[in-house]
Parts: sequence; C-alpha cells; structure tokens
Amino acid sequence: MNIYEFLSTPLESCQRTGPHDGVVLSSRVRLARNLRAVPFPGRAKKSERVKACEIIRKGVEELPEMTGAFADSMEHFDVTDKQVLVERHLISREHAAKSAGSGLVLSRDETLCVMINEEDHLRMQSLQPGLQLKKAWQAIDEVDSRLETKLDFAFSSDLGYLTACPTNLGTGIRVSAMLHLPGLVLSEHINQIIQSVTKLNHAVRGLYGEGTEALGHVFQVSNQMTLGESEPDIVERIHKVLLQIIELEMNARTKMLQTKPKVFFNHIGRAYGILAHSHSISSKETMNLLSLMRLGVGERMFPGVEKALLDELFIITQPAHLQKQFTDKLEAEERDILRADMLRDRLKKVAGPVIPA
Amino acid sequence: MLCCQCNENEATVHLTEVVGDKMKKVDLCEACAKAKGVSDPAGFALADLLLGLGASQQVEQSAGSEGGQLTCSSCGFTQADFKKTGRLGCSECYNSFADGLEGVLKTMHKGTRHVGKVPKALRRARDVSDQLKTLQKKLDKSITTEDFEQAAVLRDEIKKLQKRLAEAAAP
Repeated sequence: MNIYEFLSTPLESCQRTGPHDGVVLSSRVRLARNLRAVPFPGRAKKSERVKACEIIRKGVEELPEMTGAFADSMEHFDVTDKQVLVERHLISREHAAKSAGSGLVLSRDETLCVMINEEDHLRMQSLQPGLQLKKAWQAIDEVDSRLETKLDFAFSSDLGYLTACPTNLGTGIRVSAMLHLPGLVLSEHINQIIQSVTKLNHAVRGLYGEGTEALGHVFQVSNQMTLGESEPDIVERIHKVLLQIIELEMNARTKMLQTKPKVFFNHIGRAYGILAHSHSISSKETMNLLSLMRLGVGERMFPGVEKALLDELFIITQPAHLQKQFTDKLEAEERDILRADMLRDRLKKVAGPVIPA
Repeated sequence: MLCCQCNENEATVHLTEVVGDKMKKVDLCEACAKAKGVSDPAGFALADLLLGLGASQQVEQSAGSEGGQLTCSSCGFTQADFKKTGRLGCSECYNSFADGLEGVLKTMHKGTRHVGKVPKALRRARDVSDQLKTLQKKLDKSITTEDFEQAAVLRDEIKKLQKRLAEAAAP
C-alpha cells in the first residue's frame, strides 16, 4: 500500500477534536532513543544503519499499538510522498531527506509515529489533537517501556538516555504544542509572549520558519531542557504555560472585538474576499488568510461553517498535497492558479461573513 | 562576514534567536547552512546549533589543555568531528569527551544528572544499590556505637543483597 492511500483523508484528519482545539491544533511528545551497540546514525556506516533499522523496525512493528501499522524504508517514498508526510507533521524535514537505512512506522490511527535512523536511532512520537500533553506522554511512555524489553537502549545512570546531540540528553523528551494565535499577532502582543515563554526556557518557533511572522499565525512551543528534570515535571510545566497562552489568546480576541471591531471585521472580510475570489494565490498568502477565516469561524462570523473546513483547506492547499491531486508535475505558478481554483470552488457554498450579534 | 562554522566562506545565512534576555546570532555560508539543515527551518532549532557550536568549542578547550586531539576509543569520533557536526558519534563518546561536556551540559540543561525515567531492568538494580548504601551507613553507625549484635544482622542483609545484585548483573 502506498502511504498516501494509508493516510486518512485531510478532511478525516481535521475532524479529530480535542480540548482547547480552537487555539491548540495538536499536542506532541517525542522521545529520542539509541541502541547501545551501534554508533549514532550520523556516524554509523550504511551497513550498520541498514542492520539497526531492520532490528528496530521489527521491534516496533511487533508492538500491540502497531497492529495494522504502515512500515517502510525511506528509499521507497518519492519526494512528494515524503513532503506530504512533512505537511501532515508526521516526519521531520531531516527525516524526509533520508533514504536506505532509515525507516518509518506509523500506527493505523496515526497517533504514534516512529522515525528510525533520523538523528537518533529512534525518534518516537505520540500525537493528539488539541491540548492533551499528558495523554500523549502516557502513550509514548508505554511504547518506550515495551520497546526497552526488546532493544538495548544506550543509558547511563548519570546522564540518562544518550542521544546524538547533547541538547536531547537525559530524558530525550521534546514536548510541544502547535498553537493558532491570530489574536495575539493582530493585537501585536505576540513578541511579548514569545519573550516571556523563552525566559521560562521554552522554545517558540513558527510553523515553517524562525522569527515571529509565523505563517498562518501558527506557533510551536516546546521544552528546551531535557536533563535534570523528570518527564512528568517537564510535561506539567509546559502544560501550565500553554493554559496561560490560551487564556491570553482568547482575551486578545475578545478585547479586539470590543475595542476595534471594524479592524477585526475588516481583516476577516478581506480574507474571505480574496480566498473566495482570487485566480492565483501563493501557499503563504493562503495560510495567512485561512488563519484569519478560522478566527472568524471561532467568533461565529460564518454560521454553519466548521473550523474543520479551514483546517482541511490549510492542508490541501500546501504544495505536496496540491501536487498529489494532479498527475502532471506542477510549476509554482501553475500551483498558484490551481490553488485559487480549488479555493473558489470549495468556498462557493460559504456565504460571506456576518457581524455576530 | 565569514561563516562562523567553517571560517572560510562568506556568510549569507543569518539567524537570530532570543533566548531569555540574550540575543544569539549565527552567520553561516550556503554550504554550512545546508549541512546543518538550516535551509529547512521547520526541523531546525537554532538553539541546537548554537549549543552544539558552543559545546564543541568547550570540548576543544578542555582537550587542548591536555594537548593532542581527543578521540573516542569506541567509534573514532574526534573533537573536530564534533565541532563540525555538533553531534556525538556514539554512546561511548559521552565517556570519551566527559570532561569537556560537563560544562556544556551545565549551560544547556537544568541539571547535569539525569532525573526521570530509568529502564526497568536498571531500576531494579538501582533500587538494590540504594538499599545497600543505606544499610552500609547503618552498619557503620552500629559499629561506632559498638552495637555488634545489630551489626551482624546488617552484615548478613548486605551480603544477601550483594548476591542478588550480582545475579541481576549477570543474567
């Protein structure tokens, strides 16, 4: 089976709901692990990587959580398929660049994803919609506990789990959440928030880039430190920070509606206008405008429209997903035209924004 | 401006990240940026790179003071490799470069000792060794207070535990 056939449709994947999903798009907990006897992937010879990949893949595929899973070696994915996985946030770009000797195992429900021979031998992650960090941690903790009975992980009682990069040393954990923060961006409070979050030693990144002008007003918050603090403490600390950010975002939206309603409606009305009527549009502009429409949906400006529609459009207008819908190889300009055609078609039935009572 | 990684080519990729109240900047040439995966910002953490760079410098300094190039006995990774990649070669590298890494870890993390999950097999062994330490302390105390009856009991318990630990270590 091809990975694209295995994956749920973009619409299905957007219908998954979770707590606070108006602001928190997804929660993720990732663990880095390495085999004791094999050099890290960056150092290992190809033959060693291929062998390690086989051993790990077998162990992972045998997990009860992985019944019906998709598993393959990275050389069997073409460029577009890899990019689709990146756009779904299932693999890293670094992993998309891998080939023979690296692999992927993805559970049937797409909540567990194991990258084999990325920077470390294992990068296993648990994904949940909305704010569900604890659930994600418990799920991946269980997977790890099962795997450690089959695989000999590199562990030192002083330094914990040993990783290729010292920044992941100890717990090997990266706890992160993808946040949709249009209110904080429009009210220009986002830089302040980023500063305070980084002061707490958490990292803030844009969806597809560094800097504060994150595409689609989507930001990723994650822990930086992995050594000297237990996993549950790390999860709890970041959970508390996220709750605060959610509250600030909701306050920013409410305040803007109250104090600058015209500015607010203007943003959303223009976003709808361009998305529903353009004939050529870049993926960057699309993301930013869909984000504003999503904000409008949250404030009941598009009665009868679910935010799942916007989330779906967010995915299918990205380059690889768009390419997947056409057989010919598309140039960027053609993509912009086809993207606009698709958006006009999908938004034909969506009436213009109304001013909420 | 020269690339801070290779110090050879002109830097064309400039990155800034604010961590706490400090601003950190990295300037890289095309080739190094590509090697570091900077062209793909989603999967890239400036902090990792910065810390990696800082780490390699510190390791280099500590190795330099001893003279000669530090090499991992297990995988042959050198400090120059670490400087180039910001990554270590194998799990044994953590022993080979331990002296230099200590300071790095201090600036990078909350602590320098692991707190958190321990593989179950090791956890059992660790529990026993913790118990042993407590018993040994009690034994020392009972000897100083000349409570030899108690000391004999403790000694037997310690022996029993040591046997268990030896069995666990050699499956």
